[in-house]
Amino acid sequence: MDLILFLIFGLIALVCAINVVLQTHPISSAVSLIGVMGSLAILYLLLGAEFIAAAQVIVYAGAVMVLFVFVIMLLNAGKEVHKGRSFMVQLLGVPLLIALLGLLAFLARHMYQPETMVHFGGFQGGSAQAVGHALFTTYLLPFEVTSILILIAIIGAVVLARKELD
Amino acid sequence: MPLNQVPLSWFLILSAALFAIGVAGFLFRRNIITVFMSIELMLNAVNLSFIAFSYQNKQVNGHLLAFFVMVVAAAEAAVGLAIILTVFKNRATLNIDEMDSMKD
Repeated sequence: MDLILFLIFGLIALVCAINVVLQTHPISSAVSLIGVMGSLAILYLLLGAEFIAAAQVIVYAGAVMVLFVFVIMLLNAGKEVHKGRSFMVQLLGVPLLIALLGLLAFLARHMYQPETMVHFGGFQGGSAQAVGHALFTTYLLPFEVTSILILIAIIGAVVLARKELD
Repeated sequence: MPLNQVPLSWFLILSAALFAIGVAGFLFRRNIITVFMSIELMLNAVNLSFIAFSYQNKQVNGHLLAFFVMVVAAAEAAVGLAIILTVFKNRATLNIDEMDSMKD
């Protein structure tokens, strides 16, 4: 059952990710990206990360992607104009990326022997309580720094996007 | 292979594949918004790795790292999209090939 769930949602994530790169219209890419984030949330649940799965749906698939779609509609972004790329890029781009993927997959496969088997419910420590406890004890300083970072981001976004008043 | 368990390395391989696709989008695409979405895709791939390692070590620390990545990504999206708005207001283009005034 877990294997089937992983295969279904892993495949959806992969197909949607390829679609993000291949689509020429930004709004299609954005919708595909929402598909990736949604299926990743299911995989987080499978790995026992309930809180992160909920945050993924709310923060990423909700807030961040709404911001993206909003900007795409505001700018009325149309189809991408295709220009010829250099010969080297066309020849080497995809093989080099497959080489990168192969290297990463090889490392993932061989660095962790013997292999851990994932099954649903195998790790119970990902609840909101556990995450909150770690967040406000061990990671209290990074948490406070993050709040300052968000404050800076809010002010920066407002300053950058405001209308010029002459 | 029994149906009720998944090898952990499959999660890591999926994460690597998503990361490679994100790199491809970042390098090949010309629309600045799509390039930005590729960055988000790469951040998501890294998050999946963090959660998988957290499962392996039976510790909650990976979840916290994923949480901080998420927060930073949200802040980055807000500022980055504001920058895209400003650039579009000044140049009326989204093509990254035409934004080369620092080259000369």
